Amino acid sequence: MKKTLLASLLLLSISGAAMAETPAEKGLRIAQEGNAYDDGFVDSTSDMTMTLKNRTGKTSRRVISAKTLEGKGDGDKSLSLFNEPADVKGTKMLTFSHGLKPDDQWLFLPALKRVKRINSRNKSGPFMGSEFSFEDLGSQEVEKFTYTFLREEACGEGNKLKCHVIERKPAYQYSGYTKQVAWVDTVGYRVPKVVFYDRKNALLKTLTSTGYKQFLGKYWRPSLMSMINHQSGKSTTLQFSNYKFKTGLSSRDFNKNSLKR
Amino acid sequence: MHTRLASCIALALLATPVLSSAVDFSGNVALEGRYFPNDAAFAGQQENGGFSISAQPEFKHTWDNDDQQFTFTPFYRWDDKDEERSHGDIRQLDYLYSKGDWEYQAGLSKKFWGVTESSHLVDIINQTDAVEGFDGEDKLGQPMIRATRLLENGALDFFVLPYFRERTAAGIDGRFRSGFVVDTDAAEYESDSDEKHVDFAVRWTTSKDEYDIGLSYFDGTSRDPSFTLDDTTGMLNPYYELIQQAGLDLQYTGESTIWKLEAIHRKSHTDKYSAAVGGFEHSLPAFESGAEMSLLGEYHNDSRGETAFSPMQNDLFLATRYALNDEASSELLAGAFYDLDNGTTSIRLEGSRRVGEGMKLNIEAQVMTNVDDNDPLNSFAEDDYIQVELQKFF
Repeated sequence: MKKTLLASLLLLSISGAAMAETPAEKGLRIAQEGNAYDDGFVDSTSDMTMTLKNRTGKTSRRVISAKTLEGKGDGDKSLSLFNEPADVKGTKMLTFSHGLKPDDQWLFLPALKRVKRINSRNKSGPFMGSEFSFEDLGSQEVEKFTYTFLREEACGEGNKLKCHVIERKPAYQYSGYTKQVAWVDTVGYRVPKVVFYDRKNALLKTLTSTGYKQFLGKYWRPSLMSMINHQSGKSTTLQFSNYKFKTGLSSRDFNKNSLKR
Repeated sequence: MHTRLASCIALALLATPVLSSAVDFSGNVALEGRYFPNDAAFAGQQENGGFSISAQPEFKHTWDNDDQQFTFTPFYRWDDKDEERSHGDIRQLDYLYSKGDWEYQAGLSKKFWGVTESSHLVDIINQTDAVEGFDGEDKLGQPMIRATRLLENGALDFFVLPYFRERTAAGIDGRFRSGFVVDTDAAEYESDSDEKHVDFAVRWTTSKDEYDIGLSYFDGTSRDPSFTLDDTTGMLNPYYELIQQAGLDLQYTGESTIWKLEAIHRKSHTDKYSAAVGGFEHSLPAFESGAEMSLLGEYHNDSRGETAFSPMQNDLFLATRYALNDEASSELLAGAFYDLDNGTTSIRLEGSRRVGEGMKLNIEAQVMTNVDDNDPLNSFAEDDYIQVELQKFF
């Protein structure tokens, strides 16, 4: 009896070692799987309405249309066109995202007809005064973080999904966060919730994504993202509409010279 | 030119309703007030300051998946003091067509070249609408035909510029002029075809990693006039010579520090010179509020030295830019130009923020001190000003 117990204990530990995956490895694997799951969307376009709400409840609006081209071997390319507020109408932002290397970013200022390459030093800064920072809105390439798998639990609207809970720490310079904790759906790799911790490791913001819709029978995209800043009491919602995939965009639509059109 | 402008406007207005089903209408109107604390230096110039109203609507029609675009942007300013500053222009009236890797554009339009902040040496396609502002950032619509070949990481632009636009200049009542008034009706040209001389330009740009590079060449009528005093009228007659200009603009975008360089070499029958401006823009770590501050430094040089008509022959520009990154996009730029040869200093302040519904408040101020008698800025030594503008966008 003792022997069998020993043997089975041995067996257990051997099989455990064979499957052993440290929390870091598991976290990375899930991030890679999530990234791979999104492969092949080719390109997409969508309209965004950003609503900023301050502590007293006063709101202001930004309207942006976005185009994304899936990167092959490198990060995605994206182009945002601002329609509101009226004073920035026609402003365009072109981003070539990379892994650990800083993203390339150009801004087109319509009044001056000037294309300006900008640096990404202050990626932690607010995007147009909102609770979303540039780094929140950038393409989430796998290499940008180191990962730790924490646990598995129910998540999403009505806790109907099962999620991996993963801690991710920015691997790039000048992030505004020490870490983020993300809930990643085990099947469709939706991310219903992300919690952000500031440079002092204090709770800063919570992002909740809802109204997920599936496109091309595969790719999940949220209809609403809601960011709450726990420290300032301000919040921003981001509403998505008119998602389109495989629209036939090419790299010429993301040429910095085409910004001036 | 005025009748031409008028017929262009009429034509565009006639065309507009036809397209109106999908015409996107936007633009702005603005009310501007200026105050000059110093007494005017020259007879006839306005004292104290005044106010002005401007409008710049934009009609844009795009179709064929945005591959075809028609844009019409007229502009008009009424100034209560200077009748030369009361003026109209067509900033843009053009048709754009893109197909594959080619892009074509015909009409009046604007193209900006360059990277530096404190002056724009390489930028040459458009004439400066000098009565608009002291900084020379405002440009007149330039008649052009452009063909662009898009390359993998850049582009090659070809321009044919069939008609020349004269630089605007302050009238007798205006500040920002010398003791003599420019007679814009008496412009003279080196070319026998005057303003109808056809100019050519070509530009190649590319981006590689952190580098953005531009090389350009221009052959045509100089946008910068020289002046001769007309003994009979007592006014300055502008003279525009023919030039060839090669230009280089280069930017290295580091994560915290951006390095910039613009250089030109210009040749005419009377002169040959080089000029350059280069410097950096360094971003400091963001404040906890999300506000950002950056430091700018640019050095200007002109091979003609102190004989240069340009005030930027051996000058330093230092500034700080402060962006609050708040809901109102509040921004402030404070800087100074310092002449290393004669000590002439001009201090500039530019601020803006969004106010109310679709409105923006812009503030601009300039103070000159220690102005050397021989510095080209000497004429403007008494023209310190503060300007407040309220723009309504629609």
